[in-house]
Amino acid sequence: MTQMNMIQALNSAMDVMMAKDASVVTMGEDVGYFGGVFRVTDGLQRKYGQHRVLDSPIAEGGIVATAIGMSVNGLRPVAEIQFADYIYPAYDQIVSELARIRYRTGGEFNAPVTIRTPCGGGIRGGQTHSQSPEALFAHVCGIKVVMPSNPYDAKGLLISSIEDDDPVVFFEPKRLYNGPFDGDPHKPAVAWSSHPKGDVPDGHYRVPIGTAEIVRPGKQVTVITYGTMVHVCIAAAESLGLDAEVIDIRTIVPLDEETIVRSVKKTGRCVVAHEATRFAGFGAEILATIQEECFWHLEAPIQRVAGWDTPYPHAFEWEYFPGQARVAAALKATMEAK
Amino acid sequence: MSAIRTRLHVPQAPARPGEKPDFSYLQLSPAGAMKRPDPNAPLAETEYLANGLVRVLGDDHRAVGQWDPHLAPSDLELGLRHMMMTRVYDDRMHRAQRQGRTTFYIKSTGEEAVSVAAGMALRPTDMLFPGYRNQGLQIVRGRKLVDLMCQLLSNSRDMCKGRQLPVMYHSKEARLFSISGNLATQFPQAVGWAMAAAIKNEDDIAATWLGDGSTAEADFHYALLFAQVYRAPVILNVVNNQWAISTFQAFAGGESKSFAARGPGYGIPGIRVDGNDFLAVYAVTQWAAERARTGAGPTLIEHVTYRAAPHSTSDDPSRYRPKDEPEAWPLGDPIERLKSHLIALGGWSEEREATLAKQCEEQVTAAWREAMTYGTLTDGPQLDPDTMFDDIFKDLTPHLAKQRRQLAAERAKAEKKDK
Repeated sequence: MTQMNMIQALNSAMDVMMAKDASVVTMGEDVGYFGGVFRVTDGLQRKYGQHRVLDSPIAEGGIVATAIGMSVNGLRPVAEIQFADYIYPAYDQIVSELARIRYRTGGEFNAPVTIRTPCGGGIRGGQTHSQSPEALFAHVCGIKVVMPSNPYDAKGLLISSIEDDDPVVFFEPKRLYNGPFDGDPHKPAVAWSSHPKGDVPDGHYRVPIGTAEIVRPGKQVTVITYGTMVHVCIAAAESLGLDAEVIDIRTIVPLDEETIVRSVKKTGRCVVAHEATRFAGFGAEILATIQEECFWHLEAPIQRVAGWDTPYPHAFEWEYFPGQARVAAALKATMEAK
Repeated sequence: MSAIRTRLHVPQAPARPGEKPDFSYLQLSPAGAMKRPDPNAPLAETEYLANGLVRVLGDDHRAVGQWDPHLAPSDLELGLRHMMMTRVYDDRMHRAQRQGRTTFYIKSTGEEAVSVAAGMALRPTDMLFPGYRNQGLQIVRGRKLVDLMCQLLSNSRDMCKGRQLPVMYHSKEARLFSISGNLATQFPQAVGWAMAAAIKNEDDIAATWLGDGSTAEADFHYALLFAQVYRAPVILNVVNNQWAISTFQAFAGGESKSFAARGPGYGIPGIRVDGNDFLAVYAVTQWAAERARTGAGPTLIEHVTYRAAPHSTSDDPSRYRPKDEPEAWPLGDPIERLKSHLIALGGWSEEREATLAKQCEEQVTAAWREAMTYGTLTDGPQLDPDTMFDDIFKDLTPHLAKQRRQLAAERAKAEKKDK
């Protein structure tokens, strides 16, 4: 075990996989010589060479398209899109190509591409460096969508993603890169070394895709969330002194419905939280599932916490961000409902 | 037409229905006029190729000039056979759509050399990323007609398991990538495939095709950029057949510069070739393949040809271009031209041609009869609809398993009602 922040854990996952499997290559803007703007690929080019760790042109559509071609020729490319906000030029290649190559060829071809991309706000990134577009990918058939909330899961899930024979869009909440963040920007930053999930095995291990984790067991109310909001929700529940069960879904597609349903049936109360915009956000899918599966167990209407349906405003970042106050209000509303 | 005049330039098709066909815009070079540079020559020594027109077959049906690939008569006959088979197959499948047997078809009539000559000039292990009008590649690669037909029929033996529109074939074994209905996406994918071949130090190269209209997509530009940046062993083919459905190629930017001329802008040699000249297409593909295999990088080839058929079974060209435009095309018909060349060489005759045509007809008819026994879209049998949930992912996910059960229940109920 080593103390790692999320960047180091992701770097370690890449290192482990590149050492283990010569077909793993990575490409993206600034990933090679420089090691990535967030340093996730730091040192990899020196270790594995320029032919496996490629600096690429600023052309996200080209990065994903060539990664698809490489994967059809037996490689396992990990394409980095520098910010999730930049992924849209590649959307056609992801939605119409990557997601459907296995399907449209009756299983004859497949494209095991992993697309890594930092997402989320809280870093003063403004509306083009803060988005959480996971719902746009969850709605596509044939793409797995993953978003870890801590170093341990980040490494284990990235290894699982690279080894997976299906394409994966792997979102990295960048506000969590250097430490768990509970939503309060005025508190001093906390490092991952203070968090149990900052203990990361050095070698190869997997966190399975498609399994949620109950990060805080409880009986009174279920909080279903992922990414940065995992830490915000725990803090909000604890500040209210609630015995909340907090579930980090970790994988958006495929969704671990079983863990969600079991918990909501137990508590009868539920809050769903994500940083992404609310309208048609992934929370809506979770809500619909709970309504279908747990309706007769519910004691109160399900509450939803999300970013507002506006672009992420640079000056009003913390008014936009669904912080502890917004989560606490939702928790109170669900607890007070008769 | 509105009389309002502005400074906005709107390209015009050379002729619309009722007007006289006009191909005076085409820059032509005489057969044999273009020099053949060394495949590893620096870019500056190849730039003239983007503006001229490489032609080998002259009006006297003789092969002339440095680009003559000096093919053996047996190869020429094979090329003719593949092109004729492609045409017969196209005609029969187009008819099948008109008879309501299939939903959709796309012919490649007039463009057979573009696929067949290129396919023959490449190695069987080279990976091809075709567009939707490259059925000649499927024929060259020895795909069984009956397998192709089963795809068109979406029947019980459809390689795509009933999921793809007709003509979207693929074959891992024959190294033919899956055809996409989204235009141009295959272009940068082919570049990625070629980059991987280079990373792995393998000898195989990739080749890909798209139409003049599709060059407007960003994917075309990604492909040229990545191909040149990494010197990917890939051949990028633009099939300029003048028309993108009803839209003249000038709307894709072909008015002021040739499509081949896009190449040098990226540092890639661009060759403009007579796409209806089997020998010329073969020769430039060979040249590009040598460049790719020796590490010199990509080549952009513009095949100047003409779409003699409708875009697909869904459009009527007489609504947007002169009815007699195909006959006016100055570069003739690729099959007629190769046939005349073979006759000029002395080893071929109208009788042998007729025999070959008959053989192709018989093969296509026999294959069609067999394919129909495996089902049609309208009358079945098809695969179990249950299979629609397969291959979304490698393994069935819980939510898909649930939906599969739901469909099964729906069908069971419907069946009960029918009884």
